[in-house]
Amino acid sequence: MSSKMQSSNNIAQARRTVQQLRIEANIERIKVSKASADLMNYCSEHAKYDPLLMGIPASENPFKDKKPCTIL
Amino acid sequence: MCDQTFLAITFGPCDNCSQNKPLMNIYLKNEPINYCSLCVELMACQGLAKGETTNTLKAESESLKAKLEEERAKLHDVELHQVAEKIEALGQFVMKTRRTLKGHGNKVLCMDWCRDKRRIVSSSQDGKVIVWDAYTTNKEHAVTMPCTWVMACAYAPSGCAVACGGLDNKCSVYPLSLDKNENLAAKKKSVAMHTNYLSSCSFTNSDMQILTSSGDGTCALWDVESGQLLQSFHGHSADVLSLHLAPSETGNTFVSGGCDKKANVWDMRSGQNVQSFETHESDINSVKYYPSGDAFATGSDDATCRLYDLRADREVAIYSRDSIIFGASSVDFSLSGRLLFAGYNDYSINVWDVLKGTRVAILFGHENRVSTVRVSPDGTAFCSGSWDNTLRIWA
Repeated sequence: MSSKMQSSNNIAQARRTVQQLRIEANIERIKVSKASADLMNYCSEHAKYDPLLMGIPASENPFKDKKPCTIL
Repeated sequence: MCDQTFLAITFGPCDNCSQNKPLMNIYLKNEPINYCSLCVELMACQGLAKGETTNTLKAESESLKAKLEEERAKLHDVELHQVAEKIEALGQFVMKTRRTLKGHGNKVLCMDWCRDKRRIVSSSQDGKVIVWDAYTTNKEHAVTMPCTWVMACAYAPSGCAVACGGLDNKCSVYPLSLDKNENLAAKKKSVAMHTNYLSSCSFTNSDMQILTSSGDGTCALWDVESGQLLQSFHGHSADVLSLHLAPSETGNTFVSGGCDKKANVWDMRSGQNVQSFETHESDINSVKYYPSGDAFATGSDDATCRLYDLRADREVAIYSRDSIIFGASSVDFSLSGRLLFAGYNDYSINVWDVLKGTRVAILFGHENRVSTVRVSPDGTAFCSGSWDNTLRIWA
């Protein structure tokens, strides 16, 4: 009884794998050149809003220490 | 082994033979049915009669895998770093530790930012979960969990609650109250139940649902109010270590990575595994979506971080150097997606240029493994947690 369960588990598992692979094989794919171009476009469009990339002045960054004000 | 998590122990009439027996809840063509174990066996053996042996199934899966590789290779016309050659290189980066959060008595395992960009929740090996104000480094709340190794913590989108879990195999939600004297542990709500440790948790777009991943090899979506399991995700063959929800408001996919070296993309509504990537050579410790949602990065024990594009359905970049031999425990993108921050087990944090594939900075400061790295919601700083019991805010 137990070996039968094992083999039916193996078959069930193998069937699931085949089913999964069939789904994956049928998805639509695009070329890497197009995908890369899109990633690059996203980066350049959003680069100006990225404080860690562009660096923002210390006065606007709550974590950076502000220079002490000198009153003339 | 992993599928035994949700073998339901229900007893009743079988949908097939109508006898009263212990039932297995299974899905046939996406329909949930209850069969007794004998009928499940008979159903599986029916396949045999149609000429399907394990051998023919194995042969078919091998040929499908080969076909998949072929399809993916056809579209591999160029490398990402080649396309990126025409962009300007990034200048020198000066990032320093701006705040050090001290207070944990043991290794910091996980942290998360609040959407108000200033509060942080962190959890550690000694069972403590602390909510900090990152601007002032004050501790606002502290909870002691009944278990050690709290490996997962998450802030609710509203900022009114935190979820955490670990070796207790559960994910619990604690509502945060403004009253400092209130005992947070009293209001605790147990939401998720797994059969092994909780490795990662995340609220979806609202406070109402939580997505969890566990050492039992599954991920699951839970309703916070009722604690009910809404959807479970089976497909990993080993512990799932990390998950991340797709960034879009309408998005209902998430990516998970685990000890089976695979990164899987899932549809949250159907529970279906829509894409799978297996190019890492060791456990995947961390997965994060690219801000546009079209790609995701992974950090692994094989000392590399990799970028996978979802629409091209393949790995498009590897971030590695011969001098880096320790595993990457955690990765996160900057706001624009140009920078990838990765924390390593050699105590350092490497900053990578995502498009060109080069390293732009290496940050030292922690005195033990870096276990978690997260960029703040407005992108002004990032926080790292480490086994040296501290968290550091870098900007």
